[in-house]
Amino acid sequence: MSRPILQLKQLSKSFGALKVTDGTDLDILAGETHAIIGPNGAGKTSLINQISGALAPDAGHIIFDDRDVTHLPMPARAHLGLARSFQITHVLPRFTALENVALAVQARSGSSFRFWRPAAQEEMLNGPSLEALGAVGLADRKDTSAGALSHGEKRRLELAIALAQAPKLLLLDEPMAGAGAEETRRLVEMLKSLKPRFTMVLVEHDMQAVFALADRISVLVEGRIIATGSPQAVRQDAAVRAAYLGEAT
Amino acid sequence: MATARSIRDAAATALRTLTFDQRMAAGLFALMALPPLLSSVLGGSYLILVGERVMIFAIAALSLELLVGVSGLVSFGHAAFLGVGAYGAGIVASHGLGTLAIALPAALGAAALFALTTGAIAVRTRGVYFIMITLAFGQMAFFVATSLAPYGGDDGLTWPTRTLVLGTRILKSETAFFYTALALLIGTYVLVDRLIGSRFGRVLRGLTDNEMRMQAMGFTPYPYRLAAYVIAGTLCGLAGFLLGNQAEFVSPAYMHWQRSGELIIMVLLGGTGTLYGPILGTLSFLMLEETLSRLTEHWKVILGPLLVLVVLFAKGGIAGAIRAWQGGSMTPAQLIALQALVARQGMHAAAHLWCRSRMELRQRSGTLAASSQRVAGEVAARWKTYKVVGGRLVVRVLAGMALAVDRWRRR
Repeated sequence: MSRPILQLKQLSKSFGALKVTDGTDLDILAGETHAIIGPNGAGKTSLINQISGALAPDAGHIIFDDRDVTHLPMPARAHLGLARSFQITHVLPRFTALENVALAVQARSGSSFRFWRPAAQEEMLNGPSLEALGAVGLADRKDTSAGALSHGEKRRLELAIALAQAPKLLLLDEPMAGAGAEETRRLVEMLKSLKPRFTMVLVEHDMQAVFALADRISVLVEGRIIATGSPQAVRQDAAVRAAYLGEAT
Repeated sequence: MATARSIRDAAATALRTLTFDQRMAAGLFALMALPPLLSSVLGGSYLILVGERVMIFAIAALSLELLVGVSGLVSFGHAAFLGVGAYGAGIVASHGLGTLAIALPAALGAAALFALTTGAIAVRTRGVYFIMITLAFGQMAFFVATSLAPYGGDDGLTWPTRTLVLGTRILKSETAFFYTALALLIGTYVLVDRLIGSRFGRVLRGLTDNEMRMQAMGFTPYPYRLAAYVIAGTLCGLAGFLLGNQAEFVSPAYMHWQRSGELIIMVLLGGTGTLYGPILGTLSFLMLEETLSRLTEHWKVILGPLLVLVVLFAKGGIAGAIRAWQGGSMTPAQLIALQALVARQGMHAAAHLWCRSRMELRQRSGTLAASSQRVAGEVAARWKTYKVVGGRLVVRVLAGMALAVDRWRRR
């Protein structure tokens, strides 16, 4: 629980005059579930995008697993063990659920420059994929094309894809976005069961989910982290109450 | 009795293991194998020559489908590879090296090299920029060919002969050449079909579906797209090799952007997203061209709006229409009925092509004005007979087969 797996050092990013990330320092410890909360427009997704490599920061450093990955492209970071889910669902609609996950397995096992053997028959792809689908409760939907899944199922498929990457750090950008109450409860249970096995960064608006899952919480307001600590400490932090929770409750 | 049953069971199992696409393609290949057999009965080689063209362009269309449908890269310069392949083989042949062991690697190597160098730049772009840059490279190849003075320049390069196979002129036999082209078409189909289902093919299709998701999984798009471009270019080079062989000639016109446009039309008309579609599209396009150009010299005025209608109302081309009609799965009876329709259409085209070749033959052999009216009358009568009797016969036989298969399946 002590070693930081991810360190952000004075990370900054501006869109024109708007500072979305303003000299952010943050340590994510190996094994923890770290929630990042904040009002709309606080820069949470921009922060996730910079960590995953979808967005290049203007200044500062990102240290992942003792390596400076600030200038590595997204696929390279994925190979180092950074997996993410997207706020807006990103699945491969014309592939079945199983094939979606199998591609994630394929990305980390063996060459993809194989031109002849049918990938659908490879047990080394299908085995781990079924396991990941099982972990999110989608095993019986494995042959359904991803485009035909319900919204909640797509959210879970995203999670299965990320799990199949066997990541060292899982970045979850609003996994509950758009999910109904029942689906949210289910996702929370699922993430709870995954907590012991994965280090997670969770961006989420649903406060019940956040307080149920997080070991530590960071509060982001206007690109700056105004507080980091245990859920209890953050709940009682005066600045947080003023800036965020006070508005929400 | 027992053997008959076991053969029947084996055939049924084989049919069931084939995908819908493979069954449709097998039907098309069977249809395409007919012209030499028909010609040996009817005489005249016109049908064979048209059949060869269809198969050669079907190889090119399949290679383009690998870019357009599988990789999401709409290349508007694909015909360049036809020319590069044909020039590669033609140039070594003009230096007396027209044997298979040298000419074929020269054709494929030239196409692969051209694909690698132009693709290294083109594949970095997407969408409309990719279209423009491939168009530019295609036209570049075209103009380089027109300025190749030692090899014919504008006029094109006449090959000394067709490629020698083990020192023999076997490809000079039109039947041998025909079935060589058919074998290579089937080989290309199998290759592309396997490729799409492989790990590599999955990555290509995934990148087309959602590039962001694929990058987050850890796939860097560039090397996969470049490899796809080189494979597609090389396969189209093979088509170019055959095209040059058929005509014993290659000219810059092979590479003109209009030809690239026609290749795209073949793929879209037949239906991208399938493999039998581009083959069917090639067949339909070239048959339409043959039929319409017989009606009027302004046949493109008819073809153009026809294609617009296909694009507007049959999304996914002919294959898309078939898919919509049969809603995902088809009984063998429907399948054969459908192929009967296609075959009937083909029969019509074949009958008039044959008539035309007879007419040309007689005119050429000196039977002139006096008899031309008689010939025309004969041709018209035959054409009618073929249309009615041939068409009905084909439909009846195939419908009978369909019913038999259906009954057999229900047992």
